[in-house]
Amino acid sequence: MINRASYFFLTLALLLPSLLVQAQQQNTETGPVNELLRSNGKIYVVVTVLTIIFICIVLYLVRLDRKISKLEHQQQSKP
Amino acid sequence: MAKHWWKALAVLLLLYTIIAGFLVKIPVIENNEQSTRNLFFHVPMWISMYTLFTISVVNSILYLGKYDLRKDILASCAANVGVLFGVMGFVTGSVWATYTWGGTLTSDPKQISTAVALLIYLAYLVLRMSVTDIDKRARVSAIYNIFAFALLIPLTYIIPRMVDSLHPGSATSPGFRGKDTSGTLMMVFYPAFTGWTLLGVWIYTLRVRYKRLELKNIFK
Repeated sequence: MINRASYFFLTLALLLPSLLVQAQQQNTETGPVNELLRSNGKIYVVVTVLTIIFICIVLYLVRLDRKISKLEHQQQSKP
Repeated sequence: MAKHWWKALAVLLLLYTIIAGFLVKIPVIENNEQSTRNLFFHVPMWISMYTLFTISVVNSILYLGKYDLRKDILASCAANVGVLFGVMGFVTGSVWATYTWGGTLTSDPKQISTAVALLIYLAYLVLRMSVTDIDKRARVSAIYNIFAFALLIPLTYIIPRMVDSLHPGSATSPGFRGKDTSGTLMMVFYPAFTGWTLLGVWIYTLRVRYKRLELKNIFK
């Protein structure tokens, strides 16, 4: 059941805040990624956000595409 | 072609949003700096989600009136795409919080109550999968959906505005409207939320068409 597994992981991802609240309160570390995202007035934060939105929509459409292919396959074999 | 004009409008509005969203001059608000531009990408996710969940709850109520399974399909598809937009809003908000609040997953009331609201809607989708009888599934999930919507509004809209939250628009942290003296933020924001909402509705109609094909033999 691909569907059930995906909902399970999505739930886990959303529960993560409550698990990590104690562990991670500060993110002021340096590092190449953090420095890049803070450079140029944090504009790369917006780029990251737009990339995430794009990837999520594409993943959703790929899932829908697969379901439609499966349906087509079923209807071709049935009649 | 006449039926599809709004899809073209969605694409045009989103093109304008992406280009103008990066180029327009914006007021620098505290430590947000240029990340204020998330107003054009992160905030419309929530507006799109509210629109889809409203479509969902209206169709659930309509379903309970006449027990028409077509309405149940509309309700479930809208909730499904609504969760997609909710998750996108949550993840993009977490990324933004990392560089403005200093933590990806903080104990901020807005972030927690939003996660709770999304979990309630995830439970709706799981509930649908756990009932195999198609009429029973439709009835149980329609009633659950009404309760989920009744919790969504206080959890994501009312409570975060009443308590102290770091998120702009809460009790102690004013929104951007007052700082937007030249009106450039709103000039891009209104097309942005119309465009993203239309895109959400577009994906929703695709899913509805798929579900209708899948359940075609039931409606005959």
